Formats: sequence, C-alpha cells, structure tokens
Amino acid sequence: MRYGAYSEEVLKKLHWMNDVLGTSLADALAVSNGIDMRALIAEALHMGDEGHNRNKAGSLIYLKLLAPLIAKTTKDSAAMAEVMQFIGDNALSVLNPVMAACKAMTDAAHGVEGSTIVTTMARNGTDFGIRVSGLGEKQWFTAPAEIPVGLFFSGFSQADANPDIGDSAITETAGIGGFAMATAPAIVTFVGGTPKDAMNATLEMYEITFTESKFFTMPSLDFRGTPTGIDLRKVVELGITPRINTGIAHKNAGVGQVGAGLVRPPLKLFEDALLAFAEKYNI
Amino acid sequence: MTTIKHEIRRGAYYDSVVLMQLQRGLLTLPDVLDAGVVMATQANCDLLAANQLLPASVASSPDDLLVVVKAASDSAASDALRQVDALLAKRRTSMAEDFRPRSLSAAAKQLPEANWVLISVPGRYAAGVARETLELGKNVFLYSDNVSLEDEIALKKTAREKGLLVMGPDCGTAIINGIGLGFANRVRRGDIGVIGASGTGTQAVTAQIHNLGAGISHAIGTGGRDLKLDVGAITAHQALDLLARDDETKVIVLVSKPPSPEVATSLISAAQRAGKPVVVYFIGYPPPARKIGNLHFAISLSEAAELAVEIKNWKPETKSQVSSLYLRGLFSGGTLAYETLLGLQSFLSPIYSNAPITNYQLLKDPLKSEAHSIIDLGDEFFMVGRLHPMIDNDLRIRRMKQEADDSEVGMILFDVVLGEGSHLDPAGELVPVIKEMREKRLETGDLEFVAMVIGTDDDPQNLESQVSQLQDAGVTVFRTAAEAVEYISLRFSVIKKNDFTPVNLEQLKQPLAAVNVGLESFYDSLISQGAQAVHVEWRPPAGGNEKLASLLARMKK
Repeated sequence: MRYGAYSEEVLKKLHWMNDVLGTSLADALAVSNGIDMRALIAEALHMGDEGHNRNKAGSLIYLKLLAPLIAKTTKDSAAMAEVMQFIGDNALSVLNPVMAACKAMTDAAHGVEGSTIVTTMARNGTDFGIRVSGLGEKQWFTAPAEIPVGLFFSGFSQADANPDIGDSAITETAGIGGFAMATAPAIVTFVGGTPKDAMNATLEMYEITFTESKFFTMPSLDFRGTPTGIDLRKVVELGITPRINTGIAHKNAGVGQVGAGLVRPPLKLFEDALLAFAEKYNI
Repeated sequence: MTTIKHEIRRGAYYDSVVLMQLQRGLLTLPDVLDAGVVMATQANCDLLAANQLLPASVASSPDDLLVVVKAASDSAASDALRQVDALLAKRRTSMAEDFRPRSLSAAAKQLPEANWVLISVPGRYAAGVARETLELGKNVFLYSDNVSLEDEIALKKTAREKGLLVMGPDCGTAIINGIGLGFANRVRRGDIGVIGASGTGTQAVTAQIHNLGAGISHAIGTGGRDLKLDVGAITAHQALDLLARDDETKVIVLVSKPPSPEVATSLISAAQRAGKPVVVYFIGYPPPARKIGNLHFAISLSEAAELAVEIKNWKPETKSQVSSLYLRGLFSGGTLAYETLLGLQSFLSPIYSNAPITNYQLLKDPLKSEAHSIIDLGDEFFMVGRLHPMIDNDLRIRRMKQEADDSEVGMILFDVVLGEGSHLDPAGELVPVIKEMREKRLETGDLEFVAMVIGTDDDPQNLESQVSQLQDAGVTVFRTAAEAVEYISLRFSVIKKNDFTPVNLEQLKQPLAAVNVGLESFYDSLISQGAQAVHVEWRPPAGGNEKLASLLARMKK
C-alpha cells in the first residue's frame, strides 16, 4: 500500500479511504475539540513507540480517542466497523497525523534569524534534502540519498532496496523516531541491535541536538526529554549525522515497501549548509 | 621481493594505544616484515623514514592516519592493508558496550558530578577543549604539550576568575583525593600536600613520602611553565591557597624547576602566609636559608620528602608586626651584603643593590636607594679618597641620615664588624645618630634599626659593650646574617589578600569523578583506581577539515 505499491488492490483501498474512511474521520473530527497530537505522542513514547517505525501504541490511542466520535457520527454500522477495524489493524495508522504534527512543530522553528537548527529533512528516492531555520524558505541542500540498511520482508533482500525515500524523516527532525530509540527497544532488531544499542542511539543524537524536549520524555533515560533540534554546527563538528528510522522501498516502481531499517543523510549536506550559513551571516 | 605499501586515511584520528595495537596486529599477518601505523605528523614521518618505512611520495597532513606495511610480496602487503578495518573493529566490539560520548558536553551530562577533565589530545586542539572545560565550570588536568604560552596564560586567567584550576599544559602528574591523574604512583592518603611544577619531581617526592611511611592529601600539578614570569605561577598560587585552607593538609611541599626570580619571591611570600609549614625545593635556585619561619628549604627531592615527613607538631609563631615600608641595608662587609641579598631576594621584591646577584637587581645610582636596597659601602665606587667604612663611619652615618629622611623607609640594616684593624668603638659613633634619627620619626614610630654584629669576646672593641650599646638605643641585634635575614623576611612578609576567586575546597574533597578526553589509558587507570570516569571518543573537529573547523570556532564566539 505504501511506498509506491501499485495494484488493483491498492486502487480499491484508496477509493475506500477516500469515500468511507475520509468521510467518517472528517465527521468525527467535526464534533471533537481536536485531537491533542502532542499529548498522544508523549503517551505513545511511554508505551514503547518511537513515533516513526513503531506506532503500535500510538495507533491504539488514536483509535481510542476516535472511536466514541466515530460511533457518534457514522450512522452506518457496517462502515463504522470497517473504519474502526482499519485504524486498529494498521499499526502505522497514526503515523500520518504524527508527521503532520511534527511538520507543524518544525515549521514553527523555521525562519529564525541566525538559527542553525535543521527544520526539514526529506528524501525523494534519489536525493536527500535539508533546510535550515536561519537560511532561506526555499533554500534546500541536497546530495544523493544513501541506501538504507535493515531487515527485509521475506522474499526481498538488501539488493532490492531503493535509495532512501519519503517525507517521514520529519519525525526525526522534530526529535522523535530514530532520536527516541531509547524508548523503543523492541525495534532495534531492524538493524540487528541490542536494547543497549537503542539506548546508545538516543545518547548519540543528544550530541548533535540543541535541546531536550519538554514534552516527549523517555522512562528508560529517567524521563529525559528526547534529543530535539538538530544543530548544523554540532553535526559538522562531530561528524555525527542524524539517525533516521525508515521504511525501505523496492527499487522497482510499483512494488512498494520491502523492509525497514536505518539510514543517515550524507554529511556533505550539513557541510554545504554550514558554508552557506557562514556566507549569509558573514562569519 | 620486498615491497612497501601504504594507505592514508584522511582526518581519521585514533589515540596512540589503538595505533600500536593495530600495528601489532599487522605484524602478526603472514609475510609482513614490518609495519608502521602513525598519525602523519612530521615527527612521525621522520621516525618512519629512519626505519626505512616511509614510502617515496606521501602527501599527508598531521590529521591523517598513515598505515605502512613492508611485506615479502606485493600481495601480502595488499592483504595486510585490507585487514586494517577488521583489526580496528576487533578491538572496538570488545570495548564499547556503554555509550562513548563524542563531545565533552555530552560526557558532562553523562557524569554531572565530574569536577575534573583530563585532556591529552594533540596540542593544537588542547586549548579548545580546555576552554570548553572551563566554560562547563570544571577543573582542567592538561597533559597535552605544544599548547602556546598565550593560550596557557589566557586559560589560567579565565580559570582564576572562575575559581577553577588549570593543571598544565604539559602536566604529567596529580593526585586528587587519593586518585592519581596521568602518571602517578599509588601512595597512601596522608596529611602532606604537594604542589609540583614538574611531573617526575612530584612523583619522586610523593613516592618517597609514601616510602617513609607518611602519605599525601593532594598533589596538584601546575605544568612546567607555570612559574615562568609570563604565567606568574597562577596555578601554583591557587594551589597554595587551596592547600593552606585544607584542614587535611598539615604540611605543604612546593617543587619546581628553576622559577623566575620574581615569581619565586611572590610564591615564597605567599607560602609564608600559608599558616602551616611549607617545604620549598626550587631546583637550582639558591635557598636563602635552611629554615625561615614556616618555610623549610630543601636541597634535593628526597630531602624535601624527608623534611615534610619530619615536621611534626608545628605551631604558628606569634606574628610580629609587619612593615609595608622599605628596607635599606648599609654594609661595610661586601660578603655580608651579598649573603643578605641572597637570602632576602626570595622575600622582598623589588630589591636592588650596587653589588647585585642578577643584573636586573642593579641599582641605577649607588648614591640613591630604590625600593628595598642593599648597599655595599665598601665597594670601590665609594672608596675613592676615603677610608674603608670598617674604619671610618662617616660615610655610613651620612647615608643612614639620608635613608632615615625617606619616609618610605621602615628599616635600616647595618653590619658592625669588630676585630683587629676595625674602628675601636663603632657603636659609640653610630648610637647617637641612631637615637637622633629615631627621635625624628618618633611620631610615627615606624623606623627600626637592625644590626648584625660580627666579632668574638676576645676582640679589642669589647663585643658585649658594643651589643648592649646598640640594644640600649633600640637596635635589634643579631650575630649572624642568617638570623637577620630570617627576622627581616618575617617583618616584611607581604600581607596581601588574594586577588582571585578561591578554588572550591569541597570539590577537592568529593570522591573523584572525571571526564577523560584523549589517551584511553588515563581513563583505564581512573577506573582501576575506583574513580568514576567517562571517556570521550574524541576526534578533531569537523574531521580535521580546517576551513570548517575555524568556521565553527568563530561561530562559537
């Protein structure tokens, strides 16, 4: 379904989402006071999610919050059942709202004069791009994307992997996902790691971030906030690039997701951005 | 056929222990005859060349890792180079279970109680790491050498303002609260504190103290240049103040290679105010005496240790009133003048003479004293058409009056040399003048006369009567130069409030916790001594890219 899968089944599902799921959600949200995504993410992080590759808990909280609203507004009981079944079955159903929340947070950080904080990371399957708060609205720094390393669905292997693709790295940009691995030890096996490696992954990201989240905390680190605000200067100084948990797409069009794993952006992006920053601010 | 192959890894920093392990690993590979693994500094390249291991044309910079293999065949050399990653990784997996921070700030968060940071990165990066340490409010143990003098001074001034210590650069040894930093012997805890500008000197003294059955409270290193004039012993002064306040330290030992004379004077006068015995050993610096007040001057490292151990039950002497005015010494005996100057130069600064020990002490005009002055009136300059002052007191009396008229003068010192050939009643001639001069300054009462009388009870002048005449006139009389020097040095010891923020003594007393940046062996040694420590996996900033690194440095300001 995701990552460029293209088949009769996918088309059918998309139509259903448009006609049934979409309408039902829109009606449900219309009678709500909105869904507090920040609180949802914070709670999910305490339940073993990192908010990018693992959204099992978050999706269930999402369902819990929506269910009474859907029951109130979707009159057709068959459709109501389908919608709730779908949200509950899909362990990633909350990912899209989470990404939207992350985008809203990082956009708020963009355009701050003199700020070296990275406000966007995105990949399109060929290039990796970043934007920096204190630089231009449309000033992207790009370099060829790396190929993620990870675990593959049966029948697929590393040889099938496409270079890094997707806009979900906005979660890491906002300080969750790969940055919050310490709270999601269950998924370190993606890269053949141990729970200790999960802890170390988060500790490593503290090295390159400006601050710690006030809202997203991790029990395993004594409720320390997640590493937040990738600082260009620290990335270049230490040579540590952000760690991104990601799905892996097949390199052939139409196949879709074939695995999940870990990828990092090329260091060159950050070096280029730092040089541009120095030029803009006459450093 | 023997071949040499090499590989350069740009901006790949490893500490020397890792490099040695890699080198040893390469040597165990088949058909490898020799191997060299170094950071490609000029010195290291020269070393490789000396071992016939430097390939003909290597374009490398000091931040590059240079791996050279000499093997029996071309393929063996290539195979060996291919093993480099595996050999490096082998070590890593066996070591790194816990997270190894890459930056000092992350390490500080990991071990917030760390009050000390050990720095042993290459010299040109060391000052930057030390600066960051001070910004984090932690003390520095700076093992690295090749740190510029300007950086050292700037770091120490910053540290002084913040009440922190910078031990080093080039500081090899310290013992804080029972834990050795850098190179240190395992010594028992005790009540002797050591301040050492020399690492091996500190080791020799602390080891000897241990061997004599006593122990060490703290040993604070200063780095070899601390006692040079430009640095002004900033760290040594802080350390002295710190150990003086430390109740657990009963005796202080101060060890240094030859300090600058001015710095020696300021340190010695600070040591006089320590309120506890201080054993001073400045290697190659003439001790003014064996003992002056609370100061004991040693003539060797081992004697310094012995003295420190022997001093027991010391009680501070009652403090005599201290003068803030100047001393003028008017001598008839050249050697007495010289010995007095030698003794006092450690305590009085600035001090001048017409017969100086070192050039900068030379008095511009022998007829006009400046600051503290020691005048040899028997010098040729004064002797033209005149009798020697041992026979004729006229010159001395006139000079005494001149000095007494100077309101900045608080003490006039003179010698009275009896014996055959000398004036038959020098005291008889001097006493009326002394009385007259004291009369003049009666209101302030701040003019004191001190005499050293050299003679025997068989001398024609009657020693006893000479002494009592002088004493009756209010002159303090000594029979040797050494006693006079001790008395004067205590009368003039400068009472000066420390003009720096005191180093927090409590930090010294807490169980030692430290961050180590650089040589991993220092970290291992801290852990094996039971200290808490975090090791930073340090790399040159921006992977050794100088343009980016200097950009980053500017952005930090």
